[in-house]
Amino acid sequence: MLRTFRKGGVHPHDNKISRSAAIQVFPMPETVVVPLSQHIGAPATAQVAKGDKVKTGQLIAAASGFVSANIHSPVSGTVVSVDNVADAGFMRRPAITIKVEGNQWEDGIDTDPTFRRAEKLDPAEIIARISAAGIVGMGGATFPTQVKLSVPPNKKAQYLVINGVECEPYLTADHRVMLEKGEELLEGIRLLARALDAEKSLVGIENNKPDAIGHLTALASGDADIEIVPLKVKYPQGGEKQLIDAVTRRQVPPGGLPLDVGVVVQNVGTAVAVYEAVVKRKPLIERVVTVTGKGISSPANLMVRVGTPVSSLIEYCGGLPESAGKVIGGGPMMGRAMANLDSPVTKGTSGIMVLDGKEATRQKPEACIKCAKCVEVCPMGLEPYLLYKLASRNMFPDMEEYYATDCIECGSCSFTCPAHLPLLDYIRLGKGEIMKIIRARKS
Amino acid sequence: MTDILLYTVLTLCLLGIVAAVVLYFVARKFHVFEDPRIDDVEAMLPLANCGGCGYPGCRGFADALVKADDITPMYCPVGGTDTMNRVASFLGKAAPEKEPQIAEVRCGGTCEKRPRVSMYDGALSCAVESSLYSGETGCNYGCLGKGDCVFVCNFDAIEVDPDTGIPVVDAEKCTACGACVKACPRNIIELRKKGPKNRRVYVSCVNRDKGAVSRKVCTVSCIACGKCAKICPFEAITVENNLAYIDPYKCKLCRKCVPECPTCAIAEVNFPPKKEAPAGGDKAGGGIPVKVREQTAPAATSVTEGIPVGPADGNGDKPAETQA
Repeated sequence: MLRTFRKGGVHPHDNKISRSAAIQVFPMPETVVVPLSQHIGAPATAQVAKGDKVKTGQLIAAASGFVSANIHSPVSGTVVSVDNVADAGFMRRPAITIKVEGNQWEDGIDTDPTFRRAEKLDPAEIIARISAAGIVGMGGATFPTQVKLSVPPNKKAQYLVINGVECEPYLTADHRVMLEKGEELLEGIRLLARALDAEKSLVGIENNKPDAIGHLTALASGDADIEIVPLKVKYPQGGEKQLIDAVTRRQVPPGGLPLDVGVVVQNVGTAVAVYEAVVKRKPLIERVVTVTGKGISSPANLMVRVGTPVSSLIEYCGGLPESAGKVIGGGPMMGRAMANLDSPVTKGTSGIMVLDGKEATRQKPEACIKCAKCVEVCPMGLEPYLLYKLASRNMFPDMEEYYATDCIECGSCSFTCPAHLPLLDYIRLGKGEIMKIIRARKS
Repeated sequence: MTDILLYTVLTLCLLGIVAAVVLYFVARKFHVFEDPRIDDVEAMLPLANCGGCGYPGCRGFADALVKADDITPMYCPVGGTDTMNRVASFLGKAAPEKEPQIAEVRCGGTCEKRPRVSMYDGALSCAVESSLYSGETGCNYGCLGKGDCVFVCNFDAIEVDPDTGIPVVDAEKCTACGACVKACPRNIIELRKKGPKNRRVYVSCVNRDKGAVSRKVCTVSCIACGKCAKICPFEAITVENNLAYIDPYKCKLCRKCVPECPTCAIAEVNFPPKKEAPAGGDKAGGGIPVKVREQTAPAATSVTEGIPVGPADGNGDKPAETQA
């Protein structure tokens, strides 16, 4: 009997059409746009000015607080501008634009792709190298990794849980990473475990990826501290709290953090990035992006430099089909539709998917029929219909009482609603307003 | 038989009398004195219970009016100066002086002037749309046209014009209660002085991007060139954060700034049509760029059809339909 999380969840068709496409290195773009806010927390501060020459891997923006991350130049070339640039939703945000010239790397970065074991390092040094490399959670939430690794003295991380679930339909980036970078992944896990002083590392993988489970189990057979845990397929198993429940049977209390139950969760992509940062001294400047969708003629998993325009990725995979209705950054469940295709790939872009017109349009909302399906599927045990009603009537303080801030925005409620109500849209709006209220209360 | 009836009736009467006596003394003991003037003042108020005064309904406002020593900072935007004068003379206090105001939608980005670059099919709410992205146009500041202001208006005074996609305020019905100002997620609506004969001049744009950027997304955006501020003889115009603002209390409605604006971002309302005389005359088509917006102005031609909509537009967060 395979494990899974206990409460709620849905079963969207997984549509992993790009699962057998090996990771290809995407050709170097002509210009890159590197946003200064690619992570949760304070935007980084630019360290370069217009006209500066930069090398690949050079620090171009420094973290501006505890919860923030360094940003490095993904290419070598000349800085064209440090200005506001329209993001995927046409909102103008600060970014550094670099014109690519040559392929010069910053000194001290090992560009040799052969695998090497890490030397014995103490935890502080590992965290320092991760912090310097600007690593953020690569599952999509982009939370700065060094913050997660800084365990407060009164807490203890017993388990390190590695997220290889990839429960979003269509996406296969993590799957390919597990298959092709298994050694690097395991080394990254060992480094993370050492940094956290964790007793055991558990890698959760859904059993729709039997090849990855087999491959990693074989690789980790000699290591008693790493266990591969096959999981039943259910969305949103990749959610931090859901994964902890599935793998360790521990439940994070409302408003709490995984550390409250002695667990830290990291994504497989993050673990590989940690390996590269610590062993090869390579900052986070590229990532695997799945380009997929029914209209895409050759779905692929691409190793892309941060800052590459999304449109060039789609072009590379056969171009935008006539029937395209929406391009989504991320997966179909949690991703966001992109209005501006010239926007860049960031540290958190796990996939680009093209939905065709019919698939993309939302159905007209009708009246709630009180079927309570949303309550049944909510993995956090919330009442989405109620939160939706409260948010649409601007009753935000009441929403807080009903634990709206615990919502993980997985979209299971909107997915399952037979009346096609925009439940998550309103809950997310309410969450934003509640955060404003909480901040005002604190100050 | 008659005995039973008699005793029952008598017992009940007795109980009633005892209860009445008890209740009488209890009512005397716990009597809460309420100023009788509160009822009178409440009757003078419009009883719209809109909350525009900042108090919980008209009763709450009446209570505050009676209790306050100085009622000059209090104002009922719905009843206006007439009501406040009546209340003040009744209470024997000095009446607040406030010029009548009206809600002004400071965005001129009609479908024509501000082309749509994407299509939104998410929840029908400006607040939700604004929290997701820039909106269907590329403008990060302009009106989204989903009608959150219409939804909150208690007086049916604001309505989205289907041709322009921009809300229009009915000057007759608007009471300047400020509900729409609060509802607008982009702070586009402002309460401004109603002005003599309803005549007003204001900058119909809130875009704080640099001129080159805002101009690209909307042809009538303020580009903060500062020409209006220079020509204004009363120093009523300030340019801050790439945006010009006309102070309604300093503005003398001379309208010198209106033809000066290179993007026609300054709107004048309810002025009689200007004679065909080149006023300033140095701009291309001197003096023509006068945007007269009246309630009865002919609707702009509809351009809602045939807008090039990029294939990759849309928004919403995620679609609910993912099945094969």
